Amino acid sequence: MVENALKVTTDTARCIGAGMCVLTAPKVFDQSEDDGTVVLLDESPPPESHADVRRAERLCPSGAISVREDPGTA
Amino acid sequence: MTESHAEAITFPFGRPDPFTPPERLAALREERPVTRMTYPDGRVGWLATSYPAVRAILADPRFSSRRELLNVPVPFPLMQEMRRPADPGMFIRMDPPDHTRYRRLLTAQFTVRRMKQLEPRIHEIAEERLDAMEKAGPVQDLVREFALPIPSLVICELLGVPYSDRAEFQQATAVLLNLESTVEDIRAAFARVAAFFARLIELKRAEPADDLLSGLITGGELTDEELGNIGFLLLAAGHETTANMLGLGTFALLQHPDQLAALRADPSLIDNAVEELLRYLSIIHIGPIRAALEDVEVDGELIRAGEVVTLSVQAANRDPARFTDPDRLDITNPASGHLTFGHGLHQCLGQQLARVEMRTAFPMLFDRFPDLRLAIPAQEVRMRDTMSIYGVRELPVRW
Repeated sequence: MVENALKVTTDTARCIGAGMCVLTAPKVFDQSEDDGTVVLLDESPPPESHADVRRAERLCPSGAISVREDPGTA
Repeated sequence: MTESHAEAITFPFGRPDPFTPPERLAALREERPVTRMTYPDGRVGWLATSYPAVRAILADPRFSSRRELLNVPVPFPLMQEMRRPADPGMFIRMDPPDHTRYRRLLTAQFTVRRMKQLEPRIHEIAEERLDAMEKAGPVQDLVREFALPIPSLVICELLGVPYSDRAEFQQATAVLLNLESTVEDIRAAFARVAAFFARLIELKRAEPADDLLSGLITGGELTDEELGNIGFLLLAAGHETTANMLGLGTFALLQHPDQLAALRADPSLIDNAVEELLRYLSIIHIGPIRAALEDVEVDGELIRAGEVVTLSVQAANRDPARFTDPDRLDITNPASGHLTFGHGLHQCLGQQLARVEMRTAFPMLFDRFPDLRLAIPAQEVRMRDTMSIYGVRELPVRW
């Protein structure tokens, strides 16, 4: 079975720059040099990153990361 | 049986051993994870002990961190000072939007990248401390010689304290953290540190460099009062916490030789070992504390507007509903998701720095002294049971 593609969105207004996402999924998230808030590197990460991206969503202390399945592009 | 609300408990104290939380906490977490609790001033509020309840409250903006709304569940000499709004810059006791403004300015200075850049300096600092220990002799207090100075020197590095001033800074801050200091000593040391920060701010204004304080100053948004208070905040938050993790963490590993052996056999376990130590030791063993801004129902209990709730991170981190075999220290057990750095808007700003410090310092210590052991019987190690940050008072070791 092919896993559905994921669509990641981030909300820099909510982000508090704890850096958990950068540690958990460094290929998908970075931190801005200006204010330390989240920078989304890949809004449709490859399947091998999915587990890390979901973990980053759970660990984010401010709820600034949303991950949803994108059935259209499976 | 459900107890009536009139029977409010008081904050549980008293550990059966240095690594086990007060047993009452586990019973409460099981029976009534959000429970009425009487505070020392007689007011009745709440205590939350389960992982879901603690995490939910930390994430909920209806719970405030404003200093003037809070209460402290243990006798606290500075309670009167708590009852007014936080001083400018002391954003850990503020809510949005005041909190947001300061947090944003500091977040930019505390990126994962910046903390990783500090790694070589942390390595050098730890190396110097180990050299000094080794030279000074076969029995040393690990707290005084290793656990306290490393975070202190790292803060100096971060703030850009000139080398020539570091001895003075360390001396004054050591008085603040020494449990035997008198009130007069502490007042004098506070004044010295305040004067120290004032001079440092002046210096950085004149000659900005590549450090956190210069970064904040050149941003131009903060007054000298705010900058001085933020300096104090970083010192308070970054020194005693990491120091106690290094001291208590070493004690824990020495008392769990199988875990220490596992770490020595596979150094790649260090990242998870640090998370597991953070979870298992839960050095923030009293709070955090929040106040409800409106009536909020948590876990079937109605917390009324204005009521204060103490969140037992130490109980939450041992919640068997969240962590497997939580009362066992197991450095291979996935420990991420622990609440030791808090959760929500106020989650620890310096957590990545703390991680880098621990990931660097623990392996270096155990590499340098392969035969490190306690120099006194374990039951004689004095604990910081009544301090806001738990740990060992001193840890005499030999090698």
